[in-house]
Amino acid sequence: MVTCKFHQYQVVGRALPSETEEHPKIYRMKLWSTNEVRAKSKFWYFLRKLKKVKKSNGQMLAINEACIILKLELIILSLIFEKNPTKIKNYGIWLRYQSRTGYHNMYKEFRDTTLNGAVEQMYTEMASRHRVRHHCIQIIKTATIPAKLCKRESTKQFHNSKIKFPLVFKVVRPPSRKLKTTYKASRPNLFM
Amino acid sequence: MPFKRYVEIGRVALVNYGKDYGRLVVIVDVIDQNRALVDAPDMVRTQMNFKRLSLTDITIDIKRVPKKKTLIAAMEAADVKNKWENSSWGRKLIVQKRRASLNDFDRFKIMLAKIKNLLGIRTCYTEVI
Repeated sequence: MVTCKFHQYQVVGRALPSETEEHPKIYRMKLWSTNEVRAKSKFWYFLRKLKKVKKSNGQMLAINEACIILKLELIILSLIFEKNPTKIKNYGIWLRYQSRTGYHNMYKEFRDTTLNGAVEQMYTEMASRHRVRHHCIQIIKTATIPAKLCKRESTKQFHNSKIKFPLVFKVVRPPSRKLKTTYKASRPNLFM
Repeated sequence: MPFKRYVEIGRVALVNYGKDYGRLVVIVDVIDQNRALVDAPDMVRTQMNFKRLSLTDITIDIKRVPKKKTLIAAMEAADVKNKWENSSWGRKLIVQKRRASLNDFDRFKIMLAKIKNLLGIRTCYTEVI
């Protein structure tokens, strides 16, 4: 499986209990970040913007990573998991990003087998098409979209049960990096 | 020249790079322009980039994303294994594998056989002259 740089975390936290509030509300957030430390930091960043609580007067209750279920044993270790990594799904991602001139909202669609894969696609696409780095992107919402409700032509063109297209160029490369050489005896044949 | 080998559901392909190098897989669904969902009787269904696949001439008759049992049954019905082993591409790969797995004694035997062959050709040649 492809190793994803962005991991999905579920972070749970609340304000510290005080005399005025014995049982403060507990908040849970699903985030994407490269590691746990960053996930916790992001959690406090968003919570600060929504509620009157900071990391200094709050406490982290739990942080769990979502991962793909490959074996039965992993179910015990992780709470959130990708239910069906062999099924292709259409993911819609709503995001808010900062461009050179201001903040914008965006909705993007991706076809992938896992949510983490789709989020990774989103980050790389935003970087390539809009030159937006990952720390300037905030994911508002992600959802699996049924095929009928997809908006983008580039995802809708694959909703064809009799899909058929030729591969135009053959990629000529040695089967492992060790067999790579600078010079070849003959010109490659690019016809598939 | 029109294209003869298409990416379609049921196309058999050979993996030409990476961990599953040399394996025959069936394209079971297309994720997007660069990736396909790929399946074989002895592996978990995974996604694979088209750059890692070499399409073959063999196709099998399956619907989009079939169950493993249906896939295996369809592969038996289309007789993929025999078609592959009798095709020139498949035979070449089998020969390559055999040559790579020779031990020293086998190579010695081949050397003797080659010399014998050459002797036969040379005597015919001298007779002609």
